[in-house]
Amino acid sequence: MSFEQVVFYFLAVLAAFSAVMMILQRNPVNSALYLILNFFCLGGLYLTLNAQFIAMVQVLVYAGAIMVLFLFVIMLLNLGDDRRLREHLGLRMYLGIGFSVALVLELLFIFLFRSSNSAVQQSANAAEMGTVEYVGKVLFTRFLFPFEVTSLLLLAAIVGAVILAKKKTAE
Amino acid sequence: MDIIEPLVKIVFIFLITLTTVAYLVLVERRVSAFIQNRIGPNRVGPAGLLQPVADIVKLFLKEDIVPKAANKFVHSLAPLISLVVAMTTFAVIPFGNSIHLFGRDIKLMIADVNVGILYILALSSLGVYGITLSGWSSNNKYSLLGGLRSSAQMISYELSMGLSIIGVLMIAGTLRLDKIVESQAQGMWYFWRTPISFITFVIASFAETNRLPFDLPEAEPELVGGYHTEYSGMKFGLFFLAEYANMITASAIIVTLYLGGWQLPFVGHIGLPDLAVSLLQIAAFGVKVGLVLLFFIVIRWTIPRFRYDQLMNIGWKVMLPLALANILITGVALLW
Amino acid sequence: MMASYIPLILMLAAGMFLAIVLLKLHQWLGPHRPNDEKTSTYESGMEPIRSARERFSVKYYMVAVLFILFDIEVIFLYPWAVNFRALGLFGYVEMVIFITILFIGYFYILRKGALKWD
Repeated sequence: MSFEQVVFYFLAVLAAFSAVMMILQRNPVNSALYLILNFFCLGGLYLTLNAQFIAMVQVLVYAGAIMVLFLFVIMLLNLGDDRRLREHLGLRMYLGIGFSVALVLELLFIFLFRSSNSAVQQSANAAEMGTVEYVGKVLFTRFLFPFEVTSLLLLAAIVGAVILAKKKTAE
Repeated sequence: MDIIEPLVKIVFIFLITLTTVAYLVLVERRVSAFIQNRIGPNRVGPAGLLQPVADIVKLFLKEDIVPKAANKFVHSLAPLISLVVAMTTFAVIPFGNSIHLFGRDIKLMIADVNVGILYILALSSLGVYGITLSGWSSNNKYSLLGGLRSSAQMISYELSMGLSIIGVLMIAGTLRLDKIVESQAQGMWYFWRTPISFITFVIASFAETNRLPFDLPEAEPELVGGYHTEYSGMKFGLFFLAEYANMITASAIIVTLYLGGWQLPFVGHIGLPDLAVSLLQIAAFGVKVGLVLLFFIVIRWTIPRFRYDQLMNIGWKVMLPLALANILITGVALLW
Repeated sequence: MMASYIPLILMLAAGMFLAIVLLKLHQWLGPHRPNDEKTSTYESGMEPIRSARERFSVKYYMVAVLFILFDIEVIFLYPWAVNFRALGLFGYVEMVIFITILFIGYFYILRKGALKWD
């Protein structure tokens, strides 16, 4: 097993573990912490795919910015009292279990019977494609339009955020 | 792959950082005493030189008090996050040119990665958690307010910080800090070439390290100790250590980006042996970082604290537009 | 490629090791004599009033949301700045359009007073 594979399996197990723990935790702050760990693992997985820029952005934006907002919201809403959060699951729980089993069977089917003849090959110059220089070159020439549209999306998000928060503080 | 070489460098950097922190605290106390016309700690050892040792021993021997209302796990986790982030940011900063030792060239930086500066930003964005979580987990009103204020302040100034660096990147064309230092050869420091970017970056570093005039999270008159009100002994020590380690790293980043890093103009032309040149360059880096640290300390004891609304206004209404304007100006200047 | 990140992983591990050693050493060296007074919440010598898990101003939430949005803008600037010379005037105009659109949002925030602190 190569070094990359060792790292991959370690991070994959850790990511799955933190994802499960995030759901199982009753305290929302602990859940948020496991989600941060999960994002961190994803960043590491991007690294094993040679996507250095995306890896850093994953940590910077998801673990560093979005989760701060999550924590703020958890603290803002005062969700500390976890007993009130208990959900009453009836039919939904059984449906959930049913769908989960179906998903696991489907994944097993794909892994066991389909993986060999559709092996994914990493591009020969993958190491070069993950760098900031390459991402910039492609983003600002070939994907120029999506990039500019992103600014409109962000603008819409800014307006939405202001309106949402303002409504709550209106006197 | 070779693990020994990076491990040696990591141990070296850790030792240097820890000793510097210990003596930085002493220097700070002595300088503040000098500014306020006092004497400062001078009893432990000659001229107070053993004061840091006494401080550390004291921190170890204090009782670890965890408030019963606190969330125990998160309460212990928070200082850990703070310290790990503070100690590992240094990894991508070059503290000298390659040095020829034991028959091989050793590059004087721990990790030579393509995304250098982004790594620094990513880690410093994680540093917010140490403070937010300590504020929340203590279940104390002062801690909560301090933690909240501090995290809002840090994320606000992180924007200005990220935007300031862009000016340098546009000229250098790389995120690798060693390449950025190389492009500042012959005294062409970015400090001269993008002065606005330099100023906004330095101000943002003050805010990021929670130093005066931006030390709102621990504004004693209103918030007691801020986010670490409920911490004692070495757990408090970890926050303390992290704050000073952050200061050292911030100084090192300022030196690397704007003050030529390890570059010492004209040293290559006077015919010294290679090893002496390398050592001189490391010394130059150390002296520059030391001077920036001294600047941090002097500012702390001469400028009063901002009010919180002033702080947020400066961050969002002055720093952010200024840093953006700098990018546009630099662009025009480069295209000219 | 992965090899250049090994030192980073090592440093993270070393940092964690250092922090844990310091905490463990402290636990081992320091005394442990907790009592009710000592472990009660500190409120400047007063009896603590209620828990600190209170709701707080929506402004902190506002700052966090705006931070994410502008942070994404900053992220886009990094690959642009690195390629600035290669992209030339074309790239510059692209970025001016991008920043202008976001600045409309910025002025909207200022006009609505979402960042007013008093």
